Amino acid sequence: MTEKNKPRTIRTGSRREFLAGITVASGSLMGSSLAQATTNTHAAPQDPTKIQGNGPSANGLRSEHEVLERLPALNIVSLTPLEQLHGTLTPADLHFERHHAGIPKIDPREHHLLLHGMVDRPLKFSVADLQRLPAVTRTCFIECSGNLNTRATEKATVQMLCGLTSQSEWTGVSLRTLLNEAGLKPGASWCLAEGSDAAVMTRSIPVEKLLDDAMVAYAQNGEPLRPAQGYPLRLLLPGWEGNTHIKWLRRLELSDSPFMTREETSKYTDPLKDDTARQFSVVMDARSVITNPSYPQQLERGWHEIRGIAWSGRGRIRAVEISVDGGKSWAEATLQGPVLPTAHTRFGLPWRWDGNPAEIASRAIDETGYVQPTRRQLIAARGPGSSLYHLNPIMHWLVERDGRVLYKAEPWA
Amino acid sequence: MTPRDYGRPTRSRHTTHYIALTLLLILSSSYSSGSEPIRYGIGQHASQAEITAWDIDIKPNGEGLPVAEGTAIQGQVLYANMCEQCHGVGGIDGSFGSLVGRLPGDIFPFGRDPTVEKTVGNYWPYATTLFDYIRRAMPFDAPGSLSNEDVYSLVAYVLQENDIIEAGILLDQSNLPDIQMPARDRFVPDDRHGGNEIR
Repeated sequence: MTEKNKPRTIRTGSRREFLAGITVASGSLMGSSLAQATTNTHAAPQDPTKIQGNGPSANGLRSEHEVLERLPALNIVSLTPLEQLHGTLTPADLHFERHHAGIPKIDPREHHLLLHGMVDRPLKFSVADLQRLPAVTRTCFIECSGNLNTRATEKATVQMLCGLTSQSEWTGVSLRTLLNEAGLKPGASWCLAEGSDAAVMTRSIPVEKLLDDAMVAYAQNGEPLRPAQGYPLRLLLPGWEGNTHIKWLRRLELSDSPFMTREETSKYTDPLKDDTARQFSVVMDARSVITNPSYPQQLERGWHEIRGIAWSGRGRIRAVEISVDGGKSWAEATLQGPVLPTAHTRFGLPWRWDGNPAEIASRAIDETGYVQPTRRQLIAARGPGSSLYHLNPIMHWLVERDGRVLYKAEPWA
Repeated sequence: MTPRDYGRPTRSRHTTHYIALTLLLILSSSYSSGSEPIRYGIGQHASQAEITAWDIDIKPNGEGLPVAEGTAIQGQVLYANMCEQCHGVGGIDGSFGSLVGRLPGDIFPFGRDPTVEKTVGNYWPYATTLFDYIRRAMPFDAPGSLSNEDVYSLVAYVLQENDIIEAGILLDQSNLPDIQMPARDRFVPDDRHGGNEIR
């Protein structure tokens, strides 16, 4: 701040004067060196303490030194760059996408949620109606059940391998509140959730889950949902596969049996080795992935924190264990708190790399005692053909003698 | 959920009545189980017309099926014009996979063999799902544009190509739910429950 500008924004009394002061101040800055710095954003000065920085702006941007991008693939998904993130929250613009008929354009003033079927009072809620009801907020992950690239090569990033999981703080209305408004009829045990995209996406959800911890969310990380995440309303079912969290939610129909929609019969079912297929397999089993070190990082000798995220659809992560010898021995990592149920949990373990080849792996253990399995265990339990959904194997990274880090790519079966 | 007092919807009620009610609730053992939880009264009544306009789902018992009919012969023409470019000639080897194909003896080897392609004929458990899905989401470039007759005709065509119904059958709301799909009994509930077992 130069002397010229300083007093005008600070020495004001009322809010009105303060706002006026900002106008004056910014107007007077136009000819200053500060405004010039704004137009010349790419050149970082030799010494940032000797030049005025950029002024405030309406919308913040990332540092030009940071390139954080989703990876769009096959025109149906985009994947979160998990290896570039810290902590547990996914910035809203980096939350993975999976949609079946594109992102619909919806005017929130025209959008309604219809609640009908086996209820005493069929109701229609506007977005404003929902925001009058008591709000609930919860941090949890959403993961696509098809979140493992089984055809990856050794040059695969975490984003390419399993970037279809993201975490947000979600705010909305509890389904308990909404069902209480409408009045559940006896015998109502299932609910069809329907979106207003061009797929008119539908899934059948047990009422038990709705009454347990489901919400109709209208906000994500403090702001209205992003269009790709269901703006203006989405269903949130903590711990359940992403497809069930119906986006652009427009209708909930209570019934006494499931509807057997395409997405719960021909898709999102898991064939088993005994010539059956598992249906309504919606809970995401515990899983972990090491994000550091991972491809394409280059290691130097000395200390590194092996770091990653773990999560379970069945509650809290109890522990994460790390191996640097390909799974022969395991050491317990430190979990960063708070450890929330059905939430990405950050883990870490300092490790000194001595320059010899190493094989790094992590396995999550959740509060039910479930231990993240190996690829072989999963194939043995389900059969080699069950290779699309709910694949949560322990993943390995190879540290080469020259410090390169490669994914240990193995064909699924 | 029961709103707390400060969250209670505003109602004109005399203070003494309120105190009396509170005392009654404290003294009554049936507070949580017997009395109606408070509602906020937010949300408008949804009329039958509003519900009907959106309620397009079809259940396996046929609930929701519209009164209309169609045949595979009609469906074949529609299919060639609107579906073939993605789903292949005769429902085989389209760019989005095959809709048509049965396995000898209607076996279900998908868990054992990842190379066997899933089709309507060998994997879909309910014919009603076909009607529901085609009507709500197809054709991809004009979703939701088909008439009920068109949808019955296309369902009939896909089922006939899969040798599930005979050619010439007039498909309608009464006989569609009765169609027995080859994979009908292959689906089992989820048996994963966490704990120390890998399933």
